[in-house]
Amino acid sequence: MSRADVAAAILWTGATLYALFGGADFGGGFWDLLAGFDDETGARPRERIQRSLTPVWEANHVWLIFILVVLWTAFPEAFGAIMSTLYVPIALAALGIVLRGAGFAFRKSVQRLSYRRAMGAAFALSSVLTPFFMGTVVGAIAAGNVPAAGEGDAFASWLQPLPMLTGALFVLAGAYLAAVFLVSDSERAGDREMESWFAARALAAGVAAGAVALLGLIALHGEARYVYDRLIVEGLPLVILSILCGFGVLALLLARRRRGLRPLAAGAVVAVIWGWGVAQFPYLLPTSLRIDQAAAPGPTLDSVLIVFGAAVVVVIPALALLYWLSQRELLGD
Amino acid sequence: MSNLLAARELMAFTLAFHIVLASLGVALPAMILTANWLGLKRGDGDAMRLARRWSKAMAVTFAVGAVTGTVLSFEFGLLWPRFMERFGDAFGIAFAIEGIFFFTEAIFLAIYIYGWKRLGGWAHFWSGVPMVITGVGGAFSVVTANSWMNTPQGFTLDGAGKVVETEPLKVLFNPAWVYEVPHMILAAYMVVGFLVASIYAVGMLRGRRDRLHRLGLLIPLTVACIATPIQLFVGDTAAREVADHQPAKFAGMECIQESGPEQTEYVGGICTSDGVKASIPIPDLDSYLVGFSKDTEVTGLDEIPADERPPANTLLHLAFDAMVGIGSALLLLGLWLAWSWWRRREIPRTRWFLRAVAVSGVGAILALWCGWIVTEVGRQPWIVQGYMRTSEAVTGAQGIWFAFAGVLLLYAGLGAGAVLVLRAMSRRWRAEGDEEAGEGEVPYGPSEAVSG
Ligand code: HDD
Ligand code: HEM
Ligand code: HEM
Repeated sequence: MSRADVAAAILWTGATLYALFGGADFGGGFWDLLAGFDDETGARPRERIQRSLTPVWEANHVWLIFILVVLWTAFPEAFGAIMSTLYVPIALAALGIVLRGAGFAFRKSVQRLSYRRAMGAAFALSSVLTPFFMGTVVGAIAAGNVPAAGEGDAFASWLQPLPMLTGALFVLAGAYLAAVFLVSDSERAGDREMESWFAARALAAGVAAGAVALLGLIALHGEARYVYDRLIVEGLPLVILSILCGFGVLALLLARRRRGLRPLAAGAVVAVIWGWGVAQFPYLLPTSLRIDQAAAPGPTLDSVLIVFGAAVVVVIPALALLYWLSQRELLGD
Repeated sequence: MSNLLAARELMAFTLAFHIVLASLGVALPAMILTANWLGLKRGDGDAMRLARRWSKAMAVTFAVGAVTGTVLSFEFGLLWPRFMERFGDAFGIAFAIEGIFFFTEAIFLAIYIYGWKRLGGWAHFWSGVPMVITGVGGAFSVVTANSWMNTPQGFTLDGAGKVVETEPLKVLFNPAWVYEVPHMILAAYMVVGFLVASIYAVGMLRGRRDRLHRLGLLIPLTVACIATPIQLFVGDTAAREVADHQPAKFAGMECIQESGPEQTEYVGGICTSDGVKASIPIPDLDSYLVGFSKDTEVTGLDEIPADERPPANTLLHLAFDAMVGIGSALLLLGLWLAWSWWRRREIPRTRWFLRAVAVSGVGAILALWCGWIVTEVGRQPWIVQGYMRTSEAVTGAQGIWFAFAGVLLLYAGLGAGAVLVLRAMSRRWRAEGDEEAGEGEVPYGPSEAVSG
C-alpha cells in the first residue's frame, strides 16, 4: 500500500465514523420529524432523541470537518473538482447544516411554544435534507459524473437516478442507525414504551434501506458500470457481510433481543461504505482521477498520517470518555 | 469580475461573522474556569453561578460557531476551487492539525457544559481545562494558515505552477505566524473580556449593582485589561514586520505614495494619488515607527507595479487607524481601572466608567474586524502573496450574488436567533435567581405550553 492509499483509507475511515455517528444524529432528526404533528404524542420520542443527541452531536459533527480537511490536504485536485462540479447539492447541504445546528441549539433554549415549533421544524427538516444532498454528492462521484478537471455539469451531474437513490439511502441508513441506537438508549433508561416505539421504526427503516439499496444496485449497473463490476467481484464479501448483518438485526428485533443489536446495525452500514471504497479503487473519481494521481506530495501525506495518529491517541480516548459519560447518563442539562 | 467581487464579499462576510464566535470559543473557557476556580476555592456562590451561566451561554455560541465554521470550510472549495486545487497540499496542513483541536474542544466542551449536575466539583473543573489549550491550539492552526497566505513558503512548484514538493514545518512556521497568531489570540481575549464585562456594565447602569454583577464585570475586564498592553506591543511589532514582508500592504495602510526616508505618519484622512487629504500629519513618525530613525527608507506605492497595488487605500488606512485608535482607547480604560483598584480596591465610582465599559465590547469587535480588513484587503490582488491572484482562484460557478443574498438573510436570522436566545436565558436567570431550572428538556411538547 502506498502512502496515498493509506491517506485514502484515512479518508474512508473518517467517512465511516461520520456515517455511523453523524448519520445517527441525522436519523434522530428524521424520527423527530415523523414523531407526529401532535405535540402530545410526539413529546416522548422527541425528548428521548434530544437527550441522546445533546451532549454528542457537536463532537460527531467534527468528523465532517475531518473529511473535508483530509480531502483538500491529501487530494486537493479531487476536492477542487468535486466542489466546482457539485456546488449545488454541496451548498444545499451546507445550508442544511446551518439550519440543523442552529435549530437544535436554539430550540431547547427558547420558551415560547411557537418558536420551539419553528426551531424544531428547522432541525428536523434539515436533518433529512442534509444527508440527502450529501448522498447525491457521493452518488454523482460513484457515477463518474465529476471530471478530474472540475467544472462538470452543475445539474446533470447529480440529477440522475443513482445520485437520488444514494441520497435516499443516506437518509434511511441514518434513520435505521438512529432507531437502533435509540432502542438501546431507551432500554437502558428503562423506558419500555419508547423501546418498542423505536424498535418498530428500526425494523421499518431497515427494510426500506435494504429495498433502496437493491434499487441502487440496479442504478449502479446502469450508471456506474466500473463501480458495479468491481462491487460484485472484489466487493462481494463486503456486500454479503452487509446483508448478513442486516438480516441479523431484523432477526434480533423480531425476537426482541437487544444484545448485539448495535454492532450488527453498524456492521451493515460499515460494510457498504467499504464495499463502495473497494469498488472505486484505485479511483478517487471514477474513472478520471486515480488516488495516486490526485495525491499531494509525500511530506504533506506524511503530515496527514501524523495528524491521524495524533487523533487516534488524543481524540479517540476523549470521545470514548464522552460516550461513556453520556451513556451512563452523567451528562445532561 | 462581478463574480469575483461577489465571492470576496461573501467570504469576507461569513468570516467576519465566524470570527466573533470563534473568539468566544478561544477565550471564554478561560473566563469560565477562572470563575469556576474562584467558586470552588473560596466557596463563592456568585462566582460559581457566573461560571455556570457563561457555560450555558457558550453552549449556544459554540453551536453557532461550529456551523458557521463548517460553512467556511465548504466555502474554501465552493468559492476558491482553483486555489484549493493548487495549494491545498500546503495550505491544508495547518487545517489538518486544527481538526484535532476542534475535536478535543467539542468533546470537552460537551463534558463540561453538561457535566454540571453529576460530575464532582474539581473533576468537573478539570474537564474544562483542555478547552483552554485547544482554543489556543485551534487559533494557532487556523491563523497560521492565514499567515501562510501572507508569507507563503515551504513548497516547490513545477513549470506548470503545480506544487510538487512540500516542507510542512516551513509551511506551518512561516514568517508571519510569529506576530499573527499571538495578535489574534490576544484579540480573542480582549474581545471576550470586554464583551462579557460590557454586558454586566449595562446591567449595573440599569441599577443592578449586586455582587454578582460586580464580579461578572471584574473577572473578564481584568483579563482583557491585562491583554491590552501586550496586544499593542505585538501589533506594533506586526506593523514593522509587515513593512518588511508585505511592503505593498504597508504602503497601502499608511498611504505612502513615494518611497524614501522621513515618511509622514498620517492619522485619519482620505488617500489619493497626490497625498492624503483631511488627515493629521505627523512628520517623520512613520519612518521612526518602522526603523526607529527618521532616515529609515519606507517603500511607497510608486515602487509597486500598478496591478499589484492593494485596492481601497482609504478603507485600508482607516481600518488600520481605527484598530490602533480603539486599542489605545482600551488601554486608557485599563489604566483607569488599574488606578482606581490600586488606590481604593474598587472599580471607579463614576457612571462614565460603566458607560465606557459598556461600549468597550463592541469597540474590541470593531478593532478585530478592522485588523482583518487590513490583513485581507491589504494582501489583494493576491490570494497567495506573490504566487496566485484572487482572480485566478475564483470559481466559475454563476449566481454567487444570489448565494450572498441568501447567506445574508440566513445569517441575519442566525444572529438574531442567537441574541434572542441569550437574552431569554438571561431574563430567565434573573427571574429565577438561583438554580437555573427548566432549561427545557422537552423540545416542543405540551409541558412548555403550560410552564412557558
Ligand atoms: C482587539 C483587537 C485588536 C487591537 C486592539 C489591535 N489589533 Fe491589530 N489586528 C487584529 C486585532 C487587533 C486582528 C486580530 O484583527 C489582526 C488581523 C490579522 C491578525 O493577525 O490580527 C490584526 C492585524 C494587524 C496588522 C496586520 C498584520 C498582517 O497583515 O499580517 C497590523 C500591522 C496590526 N494589526 C497592528 C496593530 C497595532 C499597531 C495595534 C495597536 C497599537 C493593533 N494592531 C491593535
Ligand atoms: C477561514 C477561516 C476559518 C475556517 C475555515 C474555520 C473553520 C471552522 C470550523 C469547521 C469549525 C467547526 C468545528 C466544530 O464543529 O467544532 C470552527 C469552529 C471554530 N473556529 Fe473557525 N474557522 C476559521 C477561522 C477561525 C479563526 C480565525 C479562528 C480563531 C482564531 C477560529 C476558531 C474557531 C474555534 C475556536 C471554533 C470552535 C467553535 C466555537 O468555539 O465557536 N476559526 N471553525
Ligand atoms: C484565519 C483565517 C482566515 C483565512 C484562512 C482567510 C482566508 C481568506 C480567503 C481564502 C479569502 C478569499 C481570497 C482573497 O480575497 O484573498 C479571504 C478574503 C477576505 N477575508 Fe479572510 N481569512 C481568514 C480570516 C478572516 C477574518 C477573521 C476576517 C474578518 C473580517 C477576514 C476578512 C476577509 C476579507 C475582508 C476578505 C476580502 C478581501 C478582498 O477581497 O478585498 N478574513 N480570506
